[in-house]
Amino acid sequence: MPTLNRRETLKSTLAAGLAVAAAGKLAPAIAGEMVNLRFRNGERPLVAYPQKRPLIVLTSRPPQLETPFSVFNEGMFTPNDAFFVRYHLADIPLAIDPDAYRLNVQGKVDTPLSLSLAELRNGFEPVELAAVNQCSGNSRGFFEPRVAGGQSGNGAMGNARWKGVPLKALLARAGVRSGAVQVSFQGLDRPVLPETPTFMKALDLDHALDGEVMIAYAMNGENLPWLNGFPIRLIVPGCYGTYWVKHLNEITVLDAPLDSFWMKTAYRIPNNACACTEPGKAPTSTVPIGRFNVRSFLTNIADGATVKAGGSVNLRGIAFDGGYGVSDVAVSTDDGKTWTEAALGENLGKYSFREWKANVSLEPGNHRLMVRAANRIGQSQPLEPLWNPTGYMRNVVEVTNVIAA
Amino acid sequence: MKSLAITVLVLLTAVASSALAETLVYQLPPETAELKPGPGVETAGVCTACHSADYISTQPPGKGKAFWQGEVQKMIKVYGAPIGQDDAAIIANYLAAAY
Repeated sequence: MPTLNRRETLKSTLAAGLAVAAAGKLAPAIAGEMVNLRFRNGERPLVAYPQKRPLIVLTSRPPQLETPFSVFNEGMFTPNDAFFVRYHLADIPLAIDPDAYRLNVQGKVDTPLSLSLAELRNGFEPVELAAVNQCSGNSRGFFEPRVAGGQSGNGAMGNARWKGVPLKALLARAGVRSGAVQVSFQGLDRPVLPETPTFMKALDLDHALDGEVMIAYAMNGENLPWLNGFPIRLIVPGCYGTYWVKHLNEITVLDAPLDSFWMKTAYRIPNNACACTEPGKAPTSTVPIGRFNVRSFLTNIADGATVKAGGSVNLRGIAFDGGYGVSDVAVSTDDGKTWTEAALGENLGKYSFREWKANVSLEPGNHRLMVRAANRIGQSQPLEPLWNPTGYMRNVVEVTNVIAA
Repeated sequence: MKSLAITVLVLLTAVASSALAETLVYQLPPETAELKPGPGVETAGVCTACHSADYISTQPPGKGKAFWQGEVQKMIKVYGAPIGQDDAAIIANYLAAAY
């Protein structure tokens, strides 16, 4: 495992410093620190990319950056400079002319559209929505047995206020023809080799027309950060990030399901209620990944921390689901034998992080703090982790080890 | 006359702002990850044509030859990596030994 030693870090910092001097460019800086994600081979460098604070680098080409977990205790919205980054293919756009940028709407439509960013901003009634984006493989590094793929900790997720144009309004202007069944999405990123399947995703037509799927041009009140899909990306509330196509420039209405590796082979889950298989076994049939399952996290106490014994310990965290809405959060200090109801914070929308707070009293010694959420349709989190060969959709009840003293 | 002057001014401003509009550029940090040394590392250099070495080094450790054979075959069959089967065997052996 290559690690940045101090000398290499210093060299990198100097190189980055020179790069910063190049006028008009968004230039990188190196932080030089390492973090450990608490699974084997989980050491990662922290690097500050342009427009980003130091984030956990999973891979540098294509860029895959994870949010340090402490950020989730800063508030219910993940700052743009801390929001995770995940690309699939390494030929990512590094030069964009916003004035020349066009979003094309084509395929089985009455009137194909080619819209500038100004036309998107001024020609449609904007909508704003709080929604979590989460990588399908968030927390993959914790799978046991381990599986191949991006080895993320718990930081490949984030919550933001997205502002943009409802896809429904865009498709209404273009006029969807009868016989349409899906809508496909492509952005500016491309594979290195022409033989590699280019990244394309599709939604069924009724999903595309639900009024919530959005083409976002703003995130937390600002332009999208470059690595989060500047200048526009698709927002699919409640669904995994694989559908949230970045640098979106092509929307195609289809009269047959999209024939793409990224729909037909990749990003598929076992076709059963738990999206799981016996560890080590392949599923017999699969379906495309869809909505988030329920998750909850303790954010104000890190694993291994020491807390006050005998008195009241304040616990705080976040919970979210695929859009049914979190209804209950509870904490346990006795390995799940008894649960204490947590108080829910302000409801920022059914696709948003929801804050929770609870108080517990701990005797001196080691403790395992557990948190479990449930949503309005009764979905919750398993006490034992579920497994699938692609490392998707982890949502086990999280345990934080603390020492009360 | 005044409105004409304003129109001209607006047009000039529009021309000036479009002339000033420029292509935005994003600069990625330098790539530092390198493949570990070991027999076959030169052959495995082909992997880094499409992704950085940290995509390999961050995979679960000690997964062994079958795991890495599977990964190399996935790169060939799914992603179109231009690797012959002789080189595929060398690369899988290297990856299993080094990672």
